[in-house]
Amino acid sequence: MSTILPPAVGGSAAPNDPAIDTGRGTGLWKDAFLRLRTNPQAIVGAVIIGLFLLVAILAPLLAPYGGNDLPGRTSITPTTIPGPGEIEGFPLGLDRFGGDVLSKLIWGARASLLIGVISTALGLAGGMLLGVLAGGLGGWVDSLIMRFVDILLSVPSLLLAVSIAAMLGQSTYAIMIAIGVSQIPIFARLLRSSMLSQRGADYILAAQTLGLSRRTITMSHLLPNSMGPVIVQATLSLATAVIDAAALAFLGLGGGLPQTAEWGRMLTYAQAELAVAPQLAFLPGACIVITALGFTLLGESLREALDPKTRRK
Amino acid sequence: MLRVIGKRIALLVPTLFGLSILLFLWVRSLPGGPATALLGEKATPEAIARVNELYGFDRPLIVQYLTYIGKLLQGDFGVSINTGRPVLEEFATRFPATLELTVIALIFSIGVGVPLGYLAARHYGRFLDHSSVVLSLVGITVPVFFLAFILKYLFAIQWSLLPPDGRQSPRIDATHYTQFYVLDGLLTGEYDAAWDAFLHLILPGLALGTIPLAIIVRITRASVLEVQNADYVRTARAKGLMERTIRGSFILRNAMLPVVTTIGLQLGLLISGAVLTETVFAFNGIGRFLRDAIFGLDYPVLQGFIIFIAVLYALINLIVDLSYSVIDPRVRVQ
Repeated sequence: MSTILPPAVGGSAAPNDPAIDTGRGTGLWKDAFLRLRTNPQAIVGAVIIGLFLLVAILAPLLAPYGGNDLPGRTSITPTTIPGPGEIEGFPLGLDRFGGDVLSKLIWGARASLLIGVISTALGLAGGMLLGVLAGGLGGWVDSLIMRFVDILLSVPSLLLAVSIAAMLGQSTYAIMIAIGVSQIPIFARLLRSSMLSQRGADYILAAQTLGLSRRTITMSHLLPNSMGPVIVQATLSLATAVIDAAALAFLGLGGGLPQTAEWGRMLTYAQAELAVAPQLAFLPGACIVITALGFTLLGESLREALDPKTRRK
Repeated sequence: MLRVIGKRIALLVPTLFGLSILLFLWVRSLPGGPATALLGEKATPEAIARVNELYGFDRPLIVQYLTYIGKLLQGDFGVSINTGRPVLEEFATRFPATLELTVIALIFSIGVGVPLGYLAARHYGRFLDHSSVVLSLVGITVPVFFLAFILKYLFAIQWSLLPPDGRQSPRIDATHYTQFYVLDGLLTGEYDAAWDAFLHLILPGLALGTIPLAIIVRITRASVLEVQNADYVRTARAKGLMERTIRGSFILRNAMLPVVTTIGLQLGLLISGAVLTETVFAFNGIGRFLRDAIFGLDYPVLQGFIIFIAVLYALINLIVDLSYSVIDPRVRVQ
């Protein structure tokens, strides 16, 4: 019977209908944005992320040298590694390969953020697909998908990522896919439960009464209204992805050249020089912590802004 | 109670069954097939054919799977490619080290985390609260191996207060019955050996325990904040109960439920973290063995480890769920 009514009637345009609008209310997302703007935690997080994103995008302009270049190759010996300010032209010193630490940190921002964003996007896409199928269709599809998710969840996520990366062979792509897949279960579960909680809502009943098809209801009503927790989780997952990527690189799953400019890799190779050149570990480590902190702050304030229960005056 | 346990274990079976299928297919999809993974990329076709025949890789997939699951059910996890010894035997000798480390980390994270979270909630909005919130935020975002680096640099290299690596000083000649070095030292009366083993556990334990600590602080704080203004707490105060009774039996006990769940969930984090921590501190446990297995693509070890962890993880979650009914009698009704 759904063909009788034009889809626009029950479409997402309906809530914006001026006839329904009381003139005082704001949408959930606009409301959340207004709250975020006045939350110092959110501002700090956004500024951190903004800065690192800027550095990552402008890396070719900001970095004095290329990411994999070894400009100071002649200045290092097996026993001496020039530290910050000890050698002209390299403000943060050199690493054991002769790479400029400052340049590598800048290029590393690009590599680490890229890995974080792509792997989280993969996890989000995979998780949403499974979540929508499970939450939207229900029945045996739901059971099957949830059992699959249970299997993935039966192993700690980092170890799952490690096994997948080991299977795919050592490369940056393997790390992205591995972290992405290890994030699928959480997104799938979150979206499914969020959709299930919306199922009995009045507006769904209204849409059903209007005779809308199940697909339209799922995609235009259930999904948009269930996205809040998923978006919060995606922001928090970006932090985890950056940390996990470093961990996988640390376990030797990164592949490529050893001097590759990536924070996790820099930390890995700093291990042997910890006693003589601790800055080689501390600088990239601090970058990872600050980036992860930025995403966490942003994600948590977003959660607070979207969830009326945790809001504080 | 027994029926609940039985039901939960029955639910576990399909999950583990599915996991075993995934793991089985995983090895079969290794680049070049399992024989190449076993022999290396330069293996001759004859050698590959011989290995395929020896291990049955040339037989139909379903037959191979049934053989695999049959052996698995008998406790045969296969033989490690790197060491040539049975996987289960390798685990048995190394697992005590990891367990020892994990227990120390857990004691540290619960012992510090719960009181700190509780105090933060009681001093809500004041200095102690703010600093614990900031500390726990940093704790969550620090990669465990980076924290291990910092601790190792400061306490072992810079100030030489604690040993930088290993499980026990090589100069100590200790007897080991259980492979739990601290326990061994106490059992045999070699107290210096026990103390030395304990000193070796401090830095890795701190590194491993910090992230769970941060999470436990946050959850405890949030949970106590929610409970401490509940109606029944006000009633208890109005009845004139002692403050100590109110805090212990009313606030803390009711606030513990989410904390216990969180502690159970930390186990996965601890095991993953152990792999990284043991690598930094050259701590000879299951984590370091796993790292070598990753490098050597020692797939029987990886396969066995994942099954092992999945079972362990499920059992811990079962214990956590059962402990709810002890903490909160209302749960028992359902």
